[in-house]
Amino acid sequence: MLGIRPRQRVTQANWAEYMATREQQVKDPAIRQFFATPLPAEDTPISQVPMIALDMETTGLDEHHHAIVSIGIVPFTLDRIRLAERRHWVVKPTRPLSDTSITFHHITHSEVAAAPDLDTILDELLGRLAGHLVVVHFRNIERPFLDAAVKARRGEGVMFPMIDTMSLEARLHRQTLWARFRRWLGRPPVSIRLNASRERYGLPAYQGHHALLDAMATAELFQAQVATHYRPDTPLKDLWC
Amino acid sequence: MDVELLEIRQFMGQFPPFDGLSDELLDAIAERVEVSYFKTGSDILVLNDTLDELCFIRSGAVEVYRRQGELYNRLGEGDIFGHFSLLRNHKVRFPAQAIEDTLIYFIPNDVFQRLCEEDDDFADFVELERPRLETAAEQQKKSNDMMVTRIRKLVTRYPVMVEASTTLQQVAQQISEAQASAAIVINQCSGNPRYSFQDSEGQTWRMEGIFTDSDFRTRVVAEGLSPQAAIGDVASSHLITIQSDASVYEAMLTMLRNNVHHLPVVYRQRPVGVVHLSDIIRYETHSGLYLVSNIFNQSSAQGLAKLAPDVRAAFVRMVQEGANSQMVGSALSTIGRSFTRRLLELAEAELGPPPVPYCFMVNGSMARNEQSIVTDQDNALVLSDDFVAEEHDAYFYALAKFVSDGLDACGYTYCKGDVMATNEQWRQPLSVWKRYFQDWMENPTPERLLHSSIFFDLDSIYGEDHFVETLQDLIAQKAPQSPLFLAAMARNALNRTPPLGFFRTFVMEKDGKHNNSINLKRRGTAPMADLVRIHALASGSKAQNTFQRLNDISNTQLLATGVSDKLSYAFEFLCMSRLRHQMIDIQEERVPDNNIEPENVEDSERHTLKDAFQVLSNAQKFLKFRYPMPSQRPRQ
Repeated sequence: MLGIRPRQRVTQANWAEYMATREQQVKDPAIRQFFATPLPAEDTPISQVPMIALDMETTGLDEHHHAIVSIGIVPFTLDRIRLAERRHWVVKPTRPLSDTSITFHHITHSEVAAAPDLDTILDELLGRLAGHLVVVHFRNIERPFLDAAVKARRGEGVMFPMIDTMSLEARLHRQTLWARFRRWLGRPPVSIRLNASRERYGLPAYQGHHALLDAMATAELFQAQVATHYRPDTPLKDLWC
Repeated sequence: MDVELLEIRQFMGQFPPFDGLSDELLDAIAERVEVSYFKTGSDILVLNDTLDELCFIRSGAVEVYRRQGELYNRLGEGDIFGHFSLLRNHKVRFPAQAIEDTLIYFIPNDVFQRLCEEDDDFADFVELERPRLETAAEQQKKSNDMMVTRIRKLVTRYPVMVEASTTLQQVAQQISEAQASAAIVINQCSGNPRYSFQDSEGQTWRMEGIFTDSDFRTRVVAEGLSPQAAIGDVASSHLITIQSDASVYEAMLTMLRNNVHHLPVVYRQRPVGVVHLSDIIRYETHSGLYLVSNIFNQSSAQGLAKLAPDVRAAFVRMVQEGANSQMVGSALSTIGRSFTRRLLELAEAELGPPPVPYCFMVNGSMARNEQSIVTDQDNALVLSDDFVAEEHDAYFYALAKFVSDGLDACGYTYCKGDVMATNEQWRQPLSVWKRYFQDWMENPTPERLLHSSIFFDLDSIYGEDHFVETLQDLIAQKAPQSPLFLAAMARNALNRTPPLGFFRTFVMEKDGKHNNSINLKRRGTAPMADLVRIHALASGSKAQNTFQRLNDISNTQLLATGVSDKLSYAFEFLCMSRLRHQMIDIQEERVPDNNIEPENVEDSERHTLKDAFQVLSNAQKFLKFRYPMPSQRPRQ
């Protein structure tokens, strides 16, 4: 399906240890600062975790062949999504933008032509992500793309724990006994795409595919997921991966 | 403006009070919005908490409560709440709870204050009486009957119940005999399991399942089962039921949620009936319609008179079930018109065809489609200009008398002002009627117009409609250019004024006098209809209904923006109060009238009535100013 490959799982990694090790090893000051900023401990109740929703638009689905076009971030907590603190960047992809991705993202050639390279915004992006738990919908785009893009520019990558609203949704709709039974019956699997997932929680449909709007939509979805299936004191480790 | 916030801004911009804001202010809001999701049943605002934000419902539904916990308002997508607190001490006065999964946009206080300072309409919306009146009126609209009527009202007979050992063929026969479409399958049992109940002989039964018409197709015929098979082996044991005190709405939701069309209704554990989806649909649509078709089936005036109790019943039901005043007013007017039409048909059948064409005209509240249950008849005959009194009048007098007597028997009492077709003055050819209207408009004095303003609400209900349309055209064309006429009408419209308000058990008059009751028609709805009529005449509107007139007026420059909305809410509230008190009169077996006694007025109603009277009073002041008597005009 559109060339999405399963990736090796990094779940259950000891994130604190990983971050500490990286802090010792990295040379780039911005990346070091990022790893030096402590994340909430794994048993922190989710209601006390500062989070940041992240979404990026890319020219395709493979980080080795495609590039990032735009990035949107919105900081939030279980109580509030703070739009005033949002950021959105359009960046110049290192690889040419195809016409299909133009129509898909509503970002035009001229906008992209005028955009800076990711490198110029990277320090600010990492600075804003530091200390926050990043929340995405489908981590297998955001995580490898960011890692590859940073590696290409600074010689070293970034990996960090994330909460993936799509995999939370998959746990509920793809991995339960009931879901397997449905599959056995030959029923189509429940869609766990962003808009379909939101609809199940009574969240409004946004005119998608804008990185910031999708980041906001993801933050709302996560609030709804916790309100419905978890509790404010659910520890972080039950949710991240 | 960042394009990414367009979504938020465009959405908010559809709803008042944001719809009137400048783009710049809208941007300022979207820029600063904070978002939060609330699961059904969770608290959004808690009493006495500090509040520093205005709440906007992006999706979902919210209930707002009074301090004592009673429901104050029910809000949906696009509504705001919390502004009362922001304008006062920032303490939550009305707690709020999500009744559906809800997404709230929070607008920070400093942005809210800026909106109030920079946009007067926004400030008016959140500060003035409008929200209170509006919410009261809206609430009446929203709490529709499906929410409040209990499902047991729809159960008309006992369910067909069959033992599990009964053969399919016997079940089919029993269902057919009962003209039902489903049977409940029961079995003897002991103990007290779920769905068990005792019959009159003390035998304990348990409801096992339900078997419907479509089950005969899918589970029997399609499966090739023998009609001799026992129903217990075939029936679905997956039983979905509803308690008899659940609302019709809940029943409908249960059906939709479970995708079933039949729902056993149980009282405690005992099945008391089965409702079908079509029962709910029929319930929603029927009420007034049956009555009207019944009216046209009557073959005598006596038969019609017997329907009067049905009219009252339909009225009580409508008010009880939350219809708004427009729905009630137009339903009652339709019923009144049907009575009149049927009487005319019966009269023509008795007297023979009319010697010359005619039009039966109604005036006053029936023409405005605003009848209540307490109403007299106002009608007239507009005859063809071929009319010759000596030859034809005997016929038309007889016709008018037949209708007028018939209406009186049906509960539409004779008009005290003698505005009836039986009065020779109001039984005239079209040319005479044109002269009447021209004379009223060209040579007006308040005294002459005192008893003729009722004719400026006019509608045809039978016969040559174009006669009355000709008169309506004449008025619409001439009235806007007749300042003297408008001034005289305005003078008369100020004869009846609203009171200041209520204090506990008495009505406070402007001169400080106290009264023990108030005639809500004379002091509220009628002066309001009067003043709206004058603006409508001035604007050349041909609408007769007060709400439609207000709508026409709002398209002109006659009134400041928002005023016609305010009048509309106030009118709705006054009408509803009047209707509700009439309903209470009927329920308590008193003769319904237009009076309300302050001690029967609830607190919330008292406040809103006061607001509505204030709106009326202000509008009357403006009327005096807008249509001055020429003698009061300063000479240039």
